[in-house]
Formats: sequence, structure tokens, C-alpha cells
Amino acid sequence: MARKKKITLTLDENQLTVDEGTTIMKAAEQIGIRIPRLCYHPDLSLAGSCRVCIVEVEGMAHYMASCSVPVWEGMVVRTNSPEIRRARRDIVELLLENHPMDCQTCERDGRCELQNLAYTMGIRERLFQGERKRHPIEDSSRSVVRDSEKCVLCGRCVRVCAEVQGVFNLSQHGRGFDTVVGPAHIRPMDDSVCIQCGQCINVCPTAAFLEKWSTSEVWRALADPELHVVVQTAPSIRAAIGEGFNLPPGTPCTERMITALRRLGFDAVFDTDFGADLTIIEESHEFLARLKEGPLPMITSCSPGWVSFMEKFYPELIPHASTCRSPMSMLSVLAKTYYAEKMGIDPEKIYMVAVMPCVAKKYEARRPEHFTPSGKPYTDAVLTTRELIWMIKCYGIDFPVLSEDEFDSPLGTASGAGDIFGTTGGVMEATLRAAAELVTGQPAQRLDFTEVRAVEGLRDTYVAIGEHNIHVGVANGLQNAKTLLDRVRRGEGNYHVIEVMACPGGCVGGGGQPYPPQGFHVLDPELLKLRGQALYSIDSGKQLRKSYENPAIMELYDNYLGAPGSEKAHHLLHTHYSPQQPRGIK
Amino acid sequence: MSACTDNWPEVEGAAKTVLGEDLATQIAEFRSQPHPESQLIAVLHKVQQKFGYLGVPQLDAVAQLMRIPAAKVAGVASFYHFFRLQPRGRFMINVCLGTACYVKGADRIAQKVIEELGIQWGETSTDGVFTLEGSRCLGTCGIAPVIMIDDEIHGDVTPDQIPVLLEKYLKKARQEKG
Repeated sequence: MARKKKITLTLDENQLTVDEGTTIMKAAEQIGIRIPRLCYHPDLSLAGSCRVCIVEVEGMAHYMASCSVPVWEGMVVRTNSPEIRRARRDIVELLLENHPMDCQTCERDGRCELQNLAYTMGIRERLFQGERKRHPIEDSSRSVVRDSEKCVLCGRCVRVCAEVQGVFNLSQHGRGFDTVVGPAHIRPMDDSVCIQCGQCINVCPTAAFLEKWSTSEVWRALADPELHVVVQTAPSIRAAIGEGFNLPPGTPCTERMITALRRLGFDAVFDTDFGADLTIIEESHEFLARLKEGPLPMITSCSPGWVSFMEKFYPELIPHASTCRSPMSMLSVLAKTYYAEKMGIDPEKIYMVAVMPCVAKKYEARRPEHFTPSGKPYTDAVLTTRELIWMIKCYGIDFPVLSEDEFDSPLGTASGAGDIFGTTGGVMEATLRAAAELVTGQPAQRLDFTEVRAVEGLRDTYVAIGEHNIHVGVANGLQNAKTLLDRVRRGEGNYHVIEVMACPGGCVGGGGQPYPPQGFHVLDPELLKLRGQALYSIDSGKQLRKSYENPAIMELYDNYLGAPGSEKAHHLLHTHYSPQQPRGIK
Repeated sequence: MSACTDNWPEVEGAAKTVLGEDLATQIAEFRSQPHPESQLIAVLHKVQQKFGYLGVPQLDAVAQLMRIPAAKVAGVASFYHFFRLQPRGRFMINVCLGTACYVKGADRIAQKVIEELGIQWGETSTDGVFTLEGSRCLGTCGIAPVIMIDDEIHGDVTPDQIPVLLEKYLKKARQEKG
């Protein structure tokens, strides 16, 4: 590889040498200066539109946007001077002037990038007064609420939706003062190609995008003495919840989380990992059947954002999607059938809350396929990790000092295979652990399949199982998934099994996860890695690492479901999909 | 489960019905050339020529047949001043807002038209008779302030002449309808 040409420049009186092509912003970071920024995101294309990152370059008539200007030989840059600080402050002040003054009642209060910028810029009074844009709040979607009055038009949502997710549901419409971000024709989100992944919420610097909150109904249920309120938590909650309480990212918090949930008043605390173990068993049986009869590849269907994407963008691939319900929905079904029967509780009196890293789960819970025969949802409410963190804070629970506790039986006993569902390649790895035994009839020799962990977004590999050489594809982030899906559509590759997770890094990077702590940016691969490592450490620290050896699952099959893939199992644990409008353009 | 869950044939068929065979063929031609996405604005011009405006069904159909995300198509259409997102009225009112007309009170003329018709710039009256636009200079500064309705210029207008003037065209529209 040719070595990059080096450039020497002067930045705030420091002489430094960097690779050719480095931007002023990146060069400044190398000497420990973080130039303020707003529309910039390292994983998205450059917009250069907010002008917050301007710097002074000697010999240039205008200030330059440091995010988008590459350095040149002999360049002299000043990132700070009274004039540049004033110019930056004016830019942020003008943004604020067209923004509601409701910080105290805003969901992002204290974690808002615009608020932080205003503080850092030293804006202590509001000098500009003028007309402010007015737009209604759009909350047609089950998952994502759009509040255009809070939008600063940085375009990060537009870029993440198009570039990372390949959905392109959002665009800027109109021009000038009337510009607004939204789906085509500013349609309601519910009537758009939105797949409800919530990455727009993650990258939004303000509260222009938020999840639809469900905390009120959960508080109400917890206060109702008639209801038996049950909660389940997805694997990736335990890997990220600590961040909400200033614990270092990657701190596993399973036990403290369970204690907090009991304090909140839940009658039973179950583990979505149990549902994941069950998904593995049903899915590996489905896979074996497909190995004989097709259609192959089988594509996983745990990620509701991906399911929605498939129904809108790739309906032709529906026959390839595993018919298994997601771990959340499997567990919810069993709570209102198996558990209710076992405990002698009227299922109508069970209120099922699911804590998910995901906003699309709110939408999944309301799909009619996941309703009880009496027409009510199996999952009554879905909370995101952020909502649970808020509830714990609202109650006044001192999370970091909580004592240890365990999940309840029987729907809280889970193997380590369930834990790794929360990170990329986890479903695949857990399926391979199970399938290896099913195919060979021998205890699995391998437990770790590190080659399927798609940390870079996409994996395409072969895994030997018995005499089969299984062609495996793993993708997270739907733009990455398109590469695999297009190959399948063209009949290429002869894949056997493909795992698709809608969000970058898998569920650990879900749209409902905590906003990044100090020192990390949104979707930071380092942050996602730390959350993933927390799950791997939980898995490897468990005695029980294979779904098949989970005694609670064995008991469930023996006493209730019969065999995997049985008629009862099929009725309770499987679902179906259908093409949805509007059709997305891939 | 049936193997065919692909709804593309129906989606494509519906889009072709909206735009008509001529535009569908044109788009297919663009798509056979390199960088068809660069022809989006050209296609939008043709659609507007045919329908008089760019409605939601037309924009969605362009998106499907061009394979360009609908959000992008709608974003482009709503950005450019030339593109009309609402049907055009029977008569096009152009209030001159050029310097000479402005000095002679064009803003009051404009305000009167807006009040009389209950519409804003770029909008069409609910009866479909008038569409209101502003223009920068019509080159008839000698008789400022000027208002142009379709191709007819009306000079030296005062705000109180506006209702009479509009009534004349309304009558014409009613006669045409029979």
C-alpha cells in the first residue's frame, strides 16, 4: 500500500504533521482539541451545514467548516479567538432562537446536544427575537414521535435513515424558513416506509425524534392491585442500563436490574433470554426441516425493524423468514398461557411489560398476530432501556448500590446462548450451538463461533457442522443487510442461514438504548463493542451455555408443548408475515 | 405458504396507470441509460407538463418507476419554486411585486387578492378557479401596479377594483362550465 503523503500545518500555535486528506477537525483532535460540532457525525456523510465547527484559516476571507476542509501544507489555523468564539456563539444562538424554550419539560433535558452547545458557547442571554417555526407533533407511529419544532435541520436523521439503514424514509421538504424533516409528503410516520428502528432518535441532537413513551400505563398497572404485573428484560438491557447511572460502559448489571425491577413493584421478573433459548430450539428445528425441504436460506426474524423492512422492501423474501416469533413475543405468549395455568392466575389479569433496547418492539407488540384469542396484545407494554432508566430514577432507586437478585422461575432460567442474542452474530452462534448437536447427534464440541460475530457490519463465511458446510451470512444495519439480501434475490451464494439485525451492532445498538455517555458518540463502535463484551462475559461465565440443556425449557416441552415443532408449539410460538404498503425502494 | 409474496408487479402496474404509458416509457428509457437518478428533475418537468402539477400519486409513481426513494422525490419537488404541488386553477393570477409596482402599492393589491380568495401564494382557490402567484417584474412598469390574469395585463389597479376584476373571471369560469 502506498504510504500517505504527510502535511504539516500550524494549529493554535502548534506545529503538527498529519496524513494528507485529514480534515481540520480531525487534525485538531490529534492534539486534544475538540472543536464544537452539531451536524457532523463520524459514521455519516458530511453535511457541513450547521457551521458550528467553523475555524479561522489565515489568508481566507471567511471562516471555514473544520469538519469538511482537508488540511493543506503550511495552513495556519486558529480554533479560538474572541471573534471565532463570538461567531460560533451567534450561530448557536440563532438556532436557539428558532427552537422552543422548554428545556425544563423536555425529555432530553440535560442530555441535549443543543443545550450543551449553548452552555459551552457561553450563551447566557437571548438577544435575538423573531418568528419561530410552528409544527404539530406527529405521533401516529407506535414507536417514533416526530416533533419538528425541536428540529435544528442538522440532517443526521436523514443520513442515518438513508446511509446506515438504507430506508431513506426521511428528507428535508420545502425550503428556507419552512423547511421541515419528515417522510415523503410529510405523511404520518405510520403511513410511510418507516421501519420503526428508532436510529433517528439515537442520532438526533435534540428531541425532534423520541420514542412513544409507555411509562404512564406501566405505572398505572403497577398501582393496580387486581393485576399480576410481569416484566421481561431483553439481553442487551443488562449490558447498557448501567450507563444511565454513570457506571462504565460494558458493566454487566443483571442482578442490580432485577432488584430495581422488584423495587418498582413487578410481581414477577422474567428473562427474555428464556424466550431466546426457546427461539433457538424452534428455529434450529425449522432450519433442519428447511435443509431437507427448503426454502433456503432461512433468515432470522427476531428483529422487528428487520421484519418491517422485509415486508416493505423485500416482500419477495418473506418465505425465507423464520416463522418463529421473537423471543419477546414467545415469552409473552407463555406468560399468559403456560405460566398462568401453572400458577392458577387468570391470564386476563396478567399485565406483561417488556423492557427492550428497541423501539420497533412497541410496534411488534401491537401487531395483531401477537394478540390473544380474546383480542388483546400478549405484550401489554414495551419500555425502552431509556424509559426504564427514567422510571428507576423517578422512583428514587440508587441503582449502583443495589444488592444482587435472581430472575424468577420458570421463565427466568436461561442459558448463555440467550444472552448473546443481544449482539451481532449472537442468534447465529446460539443456533449453531444447537444445530451442531441436532445434525450430528453428538454433544457440541464447539461453543464459540467467533467467525460469525459481524463487528464490522457484515460477515459471509462457512461453518462446518457434521458433514455439512453451512454457508452463513450475518449483517447488522440494514444497508449492510441489503448486500446479502440482494445476493439471495439474485439466487447467488447458496446461503443456508442468514442473521439480520436492523440496528448497528445488533440489539446493543438499538433505537431504545441510552444516549452515549461522555467520551463516546452515538453509534460509537467502541461503545457497541463494550456492550457486546458484557454479554459475552455473562455467557462465558455461565455453567449453562446451550439452549438444549436449559432445564426450564426441557420441563416446558415435557409438560406443556410436547416436542419442538409440535402442533401446539407451532400454534403458540410461530407467526406469519405479509407484504406491507407503501412499498419501499431498495 | 405460497412462494410468491412479491407485490412489485402490482406496485409497478399501479404506478404506470397513474403516469400513463407515455411517461412510463420515457422513464424506462432514462433507466436504460447510465445515472438515471440524474434525470429526476427532467421527469418531474414532464409530469408537471402533463398534469399541470405534481400530486402525491404522481410523485409516488415517479419514485417507484425511477426507483428513487419517495422522500427524496418529494423533497426535490417541494424545494424548487417551479414545481407546483397543487392543481392549477382555471386562471393564473400573477401579482407583480417588482420594484416599481411595490413602490406604487403592490403589497396592498396582493393583500386584497389574498383576502378575497382566502388563499396564500402558490395556492389554488377551493372552487379551482384561481391560482395565486407573485412575479418580480412583468416589464410594464409604466402602468404600475400591475396584476396579470392568464395573459391579460391589468394596470393602475387599486385594491377596491380587485373584487370587480375577480368577479369578471369568475363569471367566465361559470359560463365555461355551463
